[in-house]
Amino acid sequence: MTTAIEVRGISKQFVLRHTRSIKEAFVWLVKGRKGDLSQKFHALDNVSLDVRQGESVALLGLNGSGKSTLLKHISGVMLPDSGTVRTRGRVAGLIEVGAGFHPDLSGRDNVYLNGAILGMTEQQIDDLFDSIVDFSEIGQFIDTEVKFYSSGMYLRLAFSVAVHTNPEVFLVDEILAVGDEPFQKKCIAKIMELAAAGKTLVVVSHDLDLVAQVCERGVLLEHGRIVMDAPVDEVVSRMRS
Amino acid sequence: MSTSELTTPGLGGGLRDVLRSRFLLKLLVAKELKVRYRGSVLGILWSYVKPGVQFFVFWFALGVFLQMNRNTENYAIYLFSGIVLINFFNEALGNASRSVVGNGGLIKKIYLPRELFPVASVWVSAVHFLPQLLVLLVACLFAGWTPGVFQIFAAVAGFMIVALLATGLGLFFGAANVYFRDSENFVDMLLMIATWASPVLYTWIMVRDGLATVFSAGTASVLLVIYQANPLTIAVELFHFAFWLPTTSEITDPMIAAPPNLLDMWLPIGLATALLVTILGQWTFRRLEGRFAQEL
Repeated sequence: MTTAIEVRGISKQFVLRHTRSIKEAFVWLVKGRKGDLSQKFHALDNVSLDVRQGESVALLGLNGSGKSTLLKHISGVMLPDSGTVRTRGRVAGLIEVGAGFHPDLSGRDNVYLNGAILGMTEQQIDDLFDSIVDFSEIGQFIDTEVKFYSSGMYLRLAFSVAVHTNPEVFLVDEILAVGDEPFQKKCIAKIMELAAAGKTLVVVSHDLDLVAQVCERGVLLEHGRIVMDAPVDEVVSRMRS
Repeated sequence: MSTSELTTPGLGGGLRDVLRSRFLLKLLVAKELKVRYRGSVLGILWSYVKPGVQFFVFWFALGVFLQMNRNTENYAIYLFSGIVLINFFNEALGNASRSVVGNGGLIKKIYLPRELFPVASVWVSAVHFLPQLLVLLVACLFAGWTPGVFQIFAAVAGFMIVALLATGLGLFFGAANVYFRDSENFVDMLLMIATWASPVLYTWIMVRDGLATVFSAGTASVLLVIYQANPLTIAVELFHFAFWLPTTSEITDPMIAAPPNLLDMWLPIGLATALLVTILGQWTFRRLEGRFAQEL
């Protein structure tokens, strides 16, 4: 099988305290440069990971373990301090759906804008538009400004655009809790369908039952390091113990 | 399955990527235009009202009270042709400098060519510039303006200089603004200077004569060259050449109405400077954009 995502020894440091003002820098100088002006911490520490095409991987770990940071490196939003990330084919993130939505535009305009942001061409959006609206169950409200939508409608439309982008690699961050239960089931079914169609999935979620249902492989992160890489059931049972 | 190669995500091709994502650029511009005057009664009319009022304020203060009308033939057209261009620059650079921070929510979550945001800001300003240009054209036609090839060429060149300059500086200050919010305040100051450091409200002859009375002949000529090398000065003079000069009669001496060597020397210098600023802005932007997501 070919590799879809190749992560080689990446590290990422974040600065904890940002001192930007001349005043603070001056005080620090006068006090004889005591202490570090900015503390650093390792969000990712020498992480390597290979994901084959068609695999579905769950990134698991407690809050702050580096899951989302790793996902951001795979999508290209962040660049590593050291190490390399390479991907094959188009990568699209269901990272916080609706990030590209503008409240003052209609649902229709937002579908086009968000689709384009996620890398779709005009032709693709034209072709898929009806399917996107159908899936979201927005119906006649598609020409209403998005700010008048209920939060459920908003998320449904955003999710619908995202699943229609049809990339080779899907990055899913904590968004499976979308809308009411029937719609949630529909979303999960859609994600399973994508997995079955041979798409590569990388999922970040704290919902262990759901993750065990959707993914085959589990990767456990702790303090920016991979501590376990095994079939998802084993990783989930370790987390539960 | 897929035969494509492994590629490194997050490394863009700079402004070339913007060309590739023309559709997204179009949508971003359309979004800005729709959102700009939302909920206002006058709507897009504000794009006419604001420069109109600004024009009358300047015309009364400078033309009538300071008697610029007497020294300069068709001073209203002289003034307006400079104002529209400087307004374009001010709006483009002001918005481009804020565009990266303003779209921080998106930049933090999804990878897309980030140059799109400053470029879209400049584009939106160009769309707002059009109605003002239209008003200028109508006024010029009433004043007996007949355009020639050189005039149209000069106008296009002037516009290009300002657009490139605003893009380059917008990329630079937009990226710097992510790290230091001082950047947008600095730009506000710069824009205030820009209006007065180019011959919008006064004529270049006044600069030449003014410098000559304060400084020695040698210093004055050096300072005048520096003043004229400012790409905004060149662009504004090109607009005067294109729109105001053809409306003047024989009272205005053509030798002093436009600075010497405007088309054959200053125009290429202005375009080259603006292009250089764009390249430098792009270069800085690419060096800084790697850490946008964590700094925003």
